Amino acid sequence: MKKPVYLDNHATTPMDPRVLEAMLPYFTKMFGNAASRNHSFGWEAEEAVEKARKQIADLIGANPKEIIFTSGATESNNLAIKGVAEMYAEKGNHIITAATEHKAILDTCKKLEKEGCRVTYLPLKADGLIDLDMLREAITDKTILVTIMYANNEIGVIQPVAEIGAICKERGVLFHSDGVQAVGKIPVNVITDKIDLLSITGHKIYGPKGVGALYVRRKGPRVQLTAQMDGGGHERGMRSGTLNVPGIVGLGEACAICQKEMTAESARHRQMRDWLKNKLEAELDETFINGSMEHRLPHNLNMSFAYVEGESLLMGINDIAVSSGSACTSATLEPSYVLKALGVGDDLAHTSIRFGIGRFNTQEELEYTAKRMIEVVRKLRDLSPLYEMAKEGIDLSKVQWAAH
Amino acid sequence: MAYSDKVLDHYNNPRNVGSMDKNSPNVGTGMVGAPECGDVMKLQLMVNPDSGVIEDAKFKTFGCGSAIASSSLATEWLKGKTVDQALEIKNTDIVNELSLPPVKIHCSVLAEDAIKAAISDYKQKQSVGQAEAVTAH
Ligand SMILES: Cc1ncc(COP(=O)(O)O)c(C=O)c1O
Repeated sequence: MKKPVYLDNHATTPMDPRVLEAMLPYFTKMFGNAASRNHSFGWEAEEAVEKARKQIADLIGANPKEIIFTSGATESNNLAIKGVAEMYAEKGNHIITAATEHKAILDTCKKLEKEGCRVTYLPLKADGLIDLDMLREAITDKTILVTIMYANNEIGVIQPVAEIGAICKERGVLFHSDGVQAVGKIPVNVITDKIDLLSITGHKIYGPKGVGALYVRRKGPRVQLTAQMDGGGHERGMRSGTLNVPGIVGLGEACAICQKEMTAESARHRQMRDWLKNKLEAELDETFINGSMEHRLPHNLNMSFAYVEGESLLMGINDIAVSSGSACTSATLEPSYVLKALGVGDDLAHTSIRFGIGRFNTQEELEYTAKRMIEVVRKLRDLSPLYEMAKEGIDLSKVQWAAH
Repeated sequence: MAYSDKVLDHYNNPRNVGSMDKNSPNVGTGMVGAPECGDVMKLQLMVNPDSGVIEDAKFKTFGCGSAIASSSLATEWLKGKTVDQALEIKNTDIVNELSLPPVKIHCSVLAEDAIKAAISDYKQKQSVGQAEAVTAH
């Protein structure tokens, strides 16, 4: 077994060697510009791009013409939200999203608020799911867009996307979903889910970084976007810039592999994840699962280990790469806003660890991870005044802390 | 974040972990921080009432590696010092000894606060003890 063990597959995934294989010729031999219409270099690049477009479309039940290439999901999210807000400004200025969205959604919405849009941030239920009745009530005649992620990057909770899509359709509101964590991992279908815009990125599905796509519905309704970058009018005028041909080939191949292997892979990941969860729960007391276990990506586990601060836990398992919702591990020095939105107290948020299982993880790696986690949690609890107090029967919520 | 060797050493081999009888008149207990803030330190010291020298010190800390290291180091420094000398320990001494980066300075502040809180608890017990001794006469 090679160390360190990588179990942070929600942050990014290693590239599948088959993807790299597919990309390589397009860096050197077949380097053409896909927009060059009058020679074979351009044609072969264009052919590769169109093949990738179809591979991506096939994975999500779309038509290849509905796929717009971008530099990744941050750009896809920005283009979808800003593009709709600008294009449909005459129709309305109200956007609905949720508190647990990725920053690429939330910060885009905040920017639009400064520019005169009104944004509703739906609260979440304790299990991380949105309340569909609240969504229904939030929609007004000024609402132009609902943007709700397919699955969350921290807690892996899968939203009732098909229901959201149906509500939006019924009310004549466009529906965008950040599909980054779900596409390629669980079945996503823009027709049955009634999604109008869907963001995808390469590096979460064993493809390259810096390349992504935005699905833009062409029929029923035909969605229009105002381009956010001016230039040569590539990608049906929605996203200018010479196409990243090797990256796009990689994204396409990554999608094709996911489509082929998803059923078997997700079953394998679910089994590994459940094993890890059961092992940790059997060996350690006072662990808490964050978010719904039922509506969750098969490869995600987000668990709080009460009375043990997350950063110190990561330090103890330093040959295992996972992430924590602890403030100490975030740039803002605030505990995870996702856990906060679920009503998880800051005390438990500081003790949370996210495990993300990926294509190249083995059961042996999980067994090693469980063993190390159990050792380190026990060691740190022996060091924890909170654990000691809890064991003495003191109710920590009633203690007057000398907060600083 | 990269940790200094000294932080790693204290994290891997914390000194003086444990608890003392907080009801003993010779033991001062300081508990600072809050679970919501991600760090809580409990620092205890046992003073020889005749010499005023700290004979033993123990800690338990919930917090990041730097918080654990700061309190572990504090217990090492406390032993053998008089109460007055202990009050002179500054958070900056801890920062320098452990090479803490700016984002971790609050850990050293917390350790200094814990020392002060433990000493003030000890002093309060002593004065109450004396007052009781006086009224007993
Ligand atoms: C849910 C979600 N949306 C968007 C992004 C941003 O994607 P990208 O890194 O391709 O810009 C990420 C990844 O960090 C993500 O997890």
